[in-house]
Amino acid sequence: MPLFRFRGGAKVAGRKDLTSDRGIVTPPLPPVLHIPLQQHVGNPAVPAVRVGEHVVKGQLIADAKGTISAPVHAPTSGHVTRIGAHTAPHPSGLPVMTLSLEPDGKETWIRLPEPLDLQVATGAQIAQRVAEAGVVGMGGAAFPAAVKLNQGQRYRLDLLILNGAECEPYLTCDDRLMRERPEQLIAGIRIMMQALAVERAVIAVEDNKHISFTILREACAGDPGIDTVYVPARYPMGSSKHLVKAVTGREAPATGLTAEMGVIVHNVATAFAVYEAVALGKPLISRIVTVSGKALRRPENYDALIGTPVSWLVQQSGGLASEPRQVLMGGPMMGEPLPNLDVPITKGTTGVLFLEGTEVADKNVMPCIGCGSCVTVCPSGLLPLEMAKMLQHEDIDGADRIGLRDCISCGSCNYVCPSHIPLVQFFNYGKGRLRNQDQEKKQHERIKILTEQRRQRLEDGTATAPSTPGMNERNDGASER
Amino acid sequence: MSNTPPMSGPYMRKNKSVQRSMLLVMLALSPATAFGFLAYGWPAILLFMVTLGSALVFEVLCLLVAGRTVRHFATDGSALVTAWLLAVSLPPWAPWWIGVLGSAVAIVIAKHAYGGLGQNVFNPAMVARVVLLISFPLEMTYFVRPAPPWDAAAPGFIESLGIFFGNAVFDATSSATVLNSIRTGLDQGTQLHALLDGHYAPLDWILGLHGGSMAEGSDILLLLGGVFLIANRVMRWHIPVSFLAALAVIATLFNLYDDTRHPDALVHLFNGTTMLAAFFIATDPVTSPMSPKGQIWFGIGLAALVYAIRTWAAYPEGMSFAILLMNALTPLIDRHMKPRIFGRNTRGESLNLVDRQ
Ligand code: SF4
Ligand code: SF4
Repeated sequence: MPLFRFRGGAKVAGRKDLTSDRGIVTPPLPPVLHIPLQQHVGNPAVPAVRVGEHVVKGQLIADAKGTISAPVHAPTSGHVTRIGAHTAPHPSGLPVMTLSLEPDGKETWIRLPEPLDLQVATGAQIAQRVAEAGVVGMGGAAFPAAVKLNQGQRYRLDLLILNGAECEPYLTCDDRLMRERPEQLIAGIRIMMQALAVERAVIAVEDNKHISFTILREACAGDPGIDTVYVPARYPMGSSKHLVKAVTGREAPATGLTAEMGVIVHNVATAFAVYEAVALGKPLISRIVTVSGKALRRPENYDALIGTPVSWLVQQSGGLASEPRQVLMGGPMMGEPLPNLDVPITKGTTGVLFLEGTEVADKNVMPCIGCGSCVTVCPSGLLPLEMAKMLQHEDIDGADRIGLRDCISCGSCNYVCPSHIPLVQFFNYGKGRLRNQDQEKKQHERIKILTEQRRQRLEDGTATAPSTPGMNERNDGASER
Repeated sequence: MSNTPPMSGPYMRKNKSVQRSMLLVMLALSPATAFGFLAYGWPAILLFMVTLGSALVFEVLCLLVAGRTVRHFATDGSALVTAWLLAVSLPPWAPWWIGVLGSAVAIVIAKHAYGGLGQNVFNPAMVARVVLLISFPLEMTYFVRPAPPWDAAAPGFIESLGIFFGNAVFDATSSATVLNSIRTGLDQGTQLHALLDGHYAPLDWILGLHGGSMAEGSDILLLLGGVFLIANRVMRWHIPVSFLAALAVIATLFNLYDDTRHPDALVHLFNGTTMLAAFFIATDPVTSPMSPKGQIWFGIGLAALVYAIRTWAAYPEGMSFAILLMNALTPLIDRHMKPRIFGRNTRGESLNLVDRQ
């Protein structure tokens, strides 16, 4: 299969050897699980159980709300001890509604639903099963997977790409999954293909993962519809639009989706979760997570129950070897600082990193020397230094005009900048301001319409109730996306 | 300029810093500089030291006046690199005050008056050189034949001090540079062949066995230094390669057109500050374009200007003027070499799917 290039991208130090040869380990049951009700993009789930109630493994404990949402299931059997605010795996450290579960150690399963009969299952049925199992995008984005599996109904699709690029340094959870569970993964891909009604699927693996590639190539050899392809190890290869460009040469419109060009991208770990949901009837209650970094005694890949506190995994890894300079959730390029070690593993957690001083970026900031490295590496074709300069002077609109909205916050520019300018920090700030502006504008328009309606009513002398509530809902729905 | 932990990622960074780049540039310049010391003896060494020393003093003073953290900025190495480039492009026997004055112009006016590191439009070393060239044409064009210490014609240390302090006109074999004599000769109506007769020695030029500024002679060492920098990714190949190639092409074309007036490519490539400029001055990140495409145009433009000034203007060595002119064009080049945004056309509109398939 021919490969295509996208401009930019950086060669980043992989540092994957800390864990790439460590097999997936299942840690012992932690004493308590903290299961956030919002682990996905969209509306938080609504609790379906009460404090004190006994639940069994796989039981629904919180229901999805609305189309963009995902239900949550009990990762093991035990008692619900608390439903309340708990620190979320987010740098703000702000609490989210979380259900705490004390395992009873019995691991009694709920009676699982019958596996779907794939001979007759329709796309909608598969998507529904995936939705019921609470599967979300497991590459970190955590967008409800069923929504994307339903896109076969809206767009004419011809290709499914499985994202096995895993371009973030340190992370090897997808690599291990591809090595150790290839049959299930490929079965998951077939189910996804059936749901999306596509004839062809390609598993894209970065060319630094030879073992995974070879194993998958053999595993899918008998299937003419599924192919494996090497993509260059160039960050951010895992960005879905860039991956689509690299594999197919098709470039998605800046304001559109890859689905509009007939291509849909799912993470390999999502394919595995889909397999479990559809072929085994199992909800998503665990995931593989890389726990790594030089400040940790024994870096590992854990198959951890959702809700496992990070501190429990640290303990399983023999504790900390030294005081970490930075603790991150996700990879070092796009991951975020962890507020504390009580924070739980969620469906979107790819890794937890404990970085030593030597592994962390030098923070000695110098003025921009105009070297242009940031421009050369930006995979979105932007001028990072210009945007940063404008944002430094609070010129939000200027930065918007030259493409701030097209920045994917990948951090490539920041990574190569010899002056160590915190470019992404500026961009995140700018994007936050843009979001506020957009919201204000919407609000403004709404008020204008309301005033106009009121004036009309007064003029007409009618006294019918205003139609605002319905409109309100519509607008709120739109802003969720 | 805070040292607090970053609020956003990435939390990893490439092993690159301004300081490291500057150190590597100095390392790359060292062999050619050492060669210059050897060729021109004590006067050159003293001039080099006073130029760099005074540049550091000016840098610290400017930082104090601007209220910046001296330790943070004065150690970035940029002032030393500027002074180094200035020193090696001076006539090696120039008096001390030429070096000090040059440093003052470079650091105070060309760098800090613009706002310090990264803010200047023009290459500070070249600004200083042009100011000196215009103000002190005599001192700035007094070139001597290389005379290593073991040469009988070389000055001793005491005599060197005399040269350095500018009060003893050492009776050296003053020697015009090749470009200089071609220029003067052609202006007087002499044929090029006659001028170059007995002076056409490309091998000598490449090895640096001819008169010139401190480091301009040792082309081969400068070239190696440049290759070292490119190999270590301190700079990209686009400017040096496009510049040298364009200069060679232009010179060859004119030489083919009329070889009684236009010397060949070798004369242009291996004389004057061509190599120094190609690898160390034109590539200054602050004053050159950012995109590879822009850098290629920069190199071509520079070659055309250098050739034009050497051939038709009053200065036989047009490098510093050409660099400054191209520096002035850099913002314009950058504006026209903007990359296309992913998912958009060159006008910035989101791609239309109908065009795509
Ligand atoms: S963070 Fe934004 S500006 Fe920087 S390289 Fe990535 S897309 Fe480009
Ligand atoms: S990489 Fe850093 S120093 Fe270089 S141009 Fe970009 S912002 Fe400036």
